[in-house]
Formats: sequence, structure tokens, C-alpha cells
Amino acid sequence: MLWACIVLPQLALDAVLRRLPDPAAPLALVGGSAQLRTLHAVNASAAQAGLKPGMRLTAALALLPEFAMVEHDASAEARWQQFLAAWAYRHSSLVSAQWPGCIVLEVRASFRLLGPWPRIEARLREELATLGFAHRIAMAPTPRAARVLAGMQDGLAVSNPAAMHALLDRVPVRRAVLPGDAGERLQRMGIRDLRTLRDLPRDSLRRRFGPELLPHLDRLYGHADDALAYYAPPDRFDERVELGFEVESHTALLFPLRRLIGDLCTALSIRDGGVQRFVLRLEHEGHAPTDVEVGLLAAEREPVMLFEVTRNRLERTSIPKPVVAVRLLARELPAFVPASRDLFDVRAQQTLPWPQLRERLRARLGDDAVHRIAPTGDPRPERAWRRIDGDDARIGNAPSRPPRPLWLLPKPVPLRDSRLRILSGPERLESGWWDGEDARRDYYVLETAQGQRAWAYTPAGERDGWMLHGWFA
Amino acid sequence: MQAVATLDSMLAAQTLWHAGRHPAAASDGEPTGHAALDDLLPQRGWPRRALTELLLPADGVGELALLMPTLARLSREGGTLALIAPPYLPYAPAWQVAGIDLGVLHIVEASPRDALWAFEQCLRSGACAAVVGWPRQADAQALRRLQVAADSGDCLGFALRNRKHAANPSPAALRLEHDGDGWRVRKCRGGPPPARAFAPGLH
Repeated sequence: MLWACIVLPQLALDAVLRRLPDPAAPLALVGGSAQLRTLHAVNASAAQAGLKPGMRLTAALALLPEFAMVEHDASAEARWQQFLAAWAYRHSSLVSAQWPGCIVLEVRASFRLLGPWPRIEARLREELATLGFAHRIAMAPTPRAARVLAGMQDGLAVSNPAAMHALLDRVPVRRAVLPGDAGERLQRMGIRDLRTLRDLPRDSLRRRFGPELLPHLDRLYGHADDALAYYAPPDRFDERVELGFEVESHTALLFPLRRLIGDLCTALSIRDGGVQRFVLRLEHEGHAPTDVEVGLLAAEREPVMLFEVTRNRLERTSIPKPVVAVRLLARELPAFVPASRDLFDVRAQQTLPWPQLRERLRARLGDDAVHRIAPTGDPRPERAWRRIDGDDARIGNAPSRPPRPLWLLPKPVPLRDSRLRILSGPERLESGWWDGEDARRDYYVLETAQGQRAWAYTPAGERDGWMLHGWFA
Repeated sequence: MQAVATLDSMLAAQTLWHAGRHPAAASDGEPTGHAALDDLLPQRGWPRRALTELLLPADGVGELALLMPTLARLSREGGTLALIAPPYLPYAPAWQVAGIDLGVLHIVEASPRDALWAFEQCLRSGACAAVVGWPRQADAQALRRLQVAADSGDCLGFALRNRKHAANPSPAALRLEHDGDGWRVRKCRGGPPPARAFAPGLH
């Protein structure tokens, strides 16, 4: 395996700078307690004015009276590292953000897809520059070596273990990212580089520097396996777009919506998942947010279709107050199973598959508008069928009974016709004593004056008071 | 010579026909499942990629029985069927007994205004083998849209409407009217409407 390490020397600063309109203006990240404010990081123009990380804020203000101050947020750093891990996941399936301030990814497996290392490296650099993160990249056969080499020289790449050993042997101990303060102590002991360190007896090293140093060295040189905590994409999607102005019309919301759906679909294709249920939350100033819920019957990830469905639902929602932000929340991202198409499909190319058509219909007509039906075992006609709303339901066979009409009335209605003719019947139906909806009816097949064939019943044993229950259409 | 060739091409395209003579090679319709009805229709079946209009004096005169053989065959072949805004509940046990695979029968409930939209979407999508709809507020223009949608979606469309619309012109490729004792062809593309009626019970 070959590992690339991307070291991000000023992650926290870049995360702030990339959202500023003028990144060149002097800026410092300020941290520490209220009494002892210190600079955490400074950008190039602030550094030029003499500001340094670790400097007291009062001293900095004396040097440069005006510079932008941004509160340093330690959790932001971890969050942006996760963001970059998600980005790196596009280039490799093994990505780790285990060590602070850097990301390692396995690249050999990506050679076949993305080309040789120089091309991958150029691509990584280009994308990082677009994202606005300063970086140093190195490649080596072990992840730890890649990290050490990236710290030594930007752009270093070795693929041969022997060459890597030779390079590592010359690395000063202070820059070998040894665990704890081992590097500093070794330096003071007069041990300059890793070769000298490796020549020392292992037992005494372990005694003096604790149990972590030797495994670290073995993993660095590739003598022991290195089990990293690999990045796994999150199993939910939550993104928010803040609108710079108040929006009161649906049309103005479509642009941010399209962007959110696009991001969602990118996340889905990275995960190789789909989305079945999500919420579009319209946030208002000083008012509870409006939720637009979108539920699909099957997992989907087609951007055009998701956009259209969401748009239809959005347009049916009224906006009570001006919208200041839009948020898209998807908690469940189930596995996506693409519909299989027959290679020799006889139908036209331009066809829309039924699941997508169904979602389009549901989006406009309502969630309950499209359904299927199945028979059940109950003898009472009004209970002898049921609705099926989803995809996965087994449809059993109806028990064999005398002829039944194709149309059933939702509720029986009185049938008034002076020229009724009985074609067949009666069929006595007596059932339902167990659930309180006892039915005792005699069903007949009748012909009306207009030539319709009706299915009607009377109370058991009687011959008038016809109640129409269906049509033999 | 030019005029003769044009006449031939018009005859071939079935835009012109000889009175009282049936065109010979036009049997590309979807079999209706009723042999006598197939004999009456110039395409020997339901016109493909087209809208068929059934005009009824009332619901329950046998309109579903007329369609059932075709629908049952299409559903057994795996084609998706859609019912748009049916006037009553389709009674599942009876539809199953009639041979319909209920797994592919989808019912779309819609208000009269949305029903036309849903009808057109289903016809146009190409996802359905047959779409049966009950459009309440359909004028000639709406029916033309449905006819075009059925053509582009390669779909059998059936519009079931009240008989009172029989006098109005319609762009449907085939119009059948139930006149109390049987189905009468009011219009059929590709030939003159046959004089005989089709009564399902008698055949």
C-alpha cells in the first residue's frame, strides 16, 4: 500500500479565511482565557507586521493597532478535518483523520482509476487550493512515514521501502513526530537522527521512553502493521443555507433548494445510498420554522426527480413569515437499489420508470393518492379488501365466493327503482359477530331499468329496502 | 401519374378510404379479447398508442367487462395498469377473479381538476401499459392532449365518459357508445364506423 499524507499547517486559519471576502487583510485567531488573551494563529499580512502565534493580545495590538480578530474555536478544527476527510474519501476508500492537523489516504488502489501518483497529487493540490486550504503533501509506503516526510519537505514521494528507510534514517528526531516529548528528550541526549535512535538497544529505550516509542518506530518503518481509524461517511445529511436576505416567495427558494438537493445527491453517491425521507426546514426570524416533509415510497437519488418532488411539496406549503435560512435534514439514508432495466427493453427510451412517476403523482395529489388493492379473507364486502401503500406487500388470493361486482360503493346507498329485476340471489351473508359490526344481509344481483347490473342487499329474509353495494360493470 | 401516387399514399396512410371497403392490411391493434368486437374494428383491436373513448349511459353497464380481457392480459405480461379517479372502489376480489394481477394495478385518486393532469402524466410517462381514466371535466382540447400523450407514451388510453358527450367531436382514435343493448362504434380511425353493434352477451 502507498499512503499519501496531507498536512494542513493552518487548518483553523484557513477555515476562517475561506469565508472572508478579503483574506489578505491582517487577521488573527485569538484564544485563551479572558484575562490572558493570546494569538492562536495569524495570516500572512499580520505576520508581516510582526504578529506571531502565542503572542499576547495586548502586545499584538501595540504592534498593529488594527487587525481582524476571530475567536478561535477548537471544535471547528476537528469539524473541518472531518470535512476534508469527506472530501478525500472521493479519492480513496481508506482515509483517516486520526492525527490532528493531517489526513492520510491510501492511494495505490486509486492509481488504476485516477492515474499515476503525479496526476493524483496535482489533482489533490488543485482541489485543496480551490477549497482554500494550505497544504503539504507527501507519499510513502507507510502512513506514519508519509506524515513525517510531509513535515520535512512538501511534495516528497517514495514508493520503495528501501528508499523510504534511507530517507527516514536521516530525519532529525525532533521532526519525526515521536510520541510525547520523546523527540525533544532524545535531541537533548545527543541523539540526532532516527538511524542513531534505531541503533540503540531496544530494551533500554523501552525502559526510558515508555512502551509507545518502539511500536511507533516499527510502524514508521513498516515493520509492524498500522491499524488506523478509518473515516466512514456520516449516515445522515444536514446542510443549511443561510439566505442573505428575507425571502417571501417560493420561486426565490428554488435556487438554494437546487443547491441543497445537489449536495444531498453528491453525499448520497459518495455513500452509494439513497434517501427516502427528508425534511426541508424553512427558518424564520422570531417564528417557529416551517417544515416541508418529503417522504418517498422507495429510496431515490436522482437529483432532477428529488428536486421536482420537493419543489411540488414546497409550492403547496404556505410561507407564514419571511424565510432567512433553508436547511435540509435527512436522518435515514437507506441503501439504494437501482431499478434494473432490461437490456432489450421493448419500450421507448424516453420512459419514466413507474416509481418516479408515482412520486410525481404523490407530490401533487397527496401522499395517499396512489395505492394498490389486495383481497383479504373477511366475508363482509366492505372488509374483503385492503389498501397497499408501499411497494413490498404480498398479495394473496381471495377465497372463492359467488360472483362479486368489480365496483364497490364506498358506502351502501338506497336503490330506488320500480323496475328492478332479480337476476340471481339471495346469497345470505351473516358475519362479523366478533368485532361488533355484525352483518346479516341477503345479497341479490339485480338489473335496473337502465340495464345496469347492480349488487344490492336487503336485511336478511326481506325483499324490499334495497341497499346498493356495487355494480357489475 | 402524380395524382394517382398521392391517392395511393393517402390510402396507405389510411387518411382516405373507399366507402364500404375495409382496408386489407391494418390488423395491428391490441386484441380486445372479444372476437366479435375485433372483427368490427378496422385495426382488429384497440388502436395502439391512442386514446379510446367509451361513452356510457350510466356506470355499471359492462364497461369494465369490455376492457377486462385486455387489462388482464397486459397485467399478466407484467405491464403496469393505472386507474385514474375511478368513480367507485375497485373491488379487489372481483378484479382478481377477472384475471388481473393486482400487483401491477395502481389506483390514483384525484380531484376532477387534477385527474386530467394525472391521466396525462400516466399516459405520457411510458411507464404504463394501459391507463383507464374517468375524466369529468374533459373538453376537446383536454382530450387532444390525452391523445397526444398516449401517442408519445406508447400507451393504451381509455377514457370513460358520459354518453351525453357523444354529440361533441372528439380527437380519440376510437369511440364506442353503449346504447342500452350493445356497444356501437361511433368513430374509428382507419375505416368507416361499422353499422353493426357489439353486444358482449350474445357472442
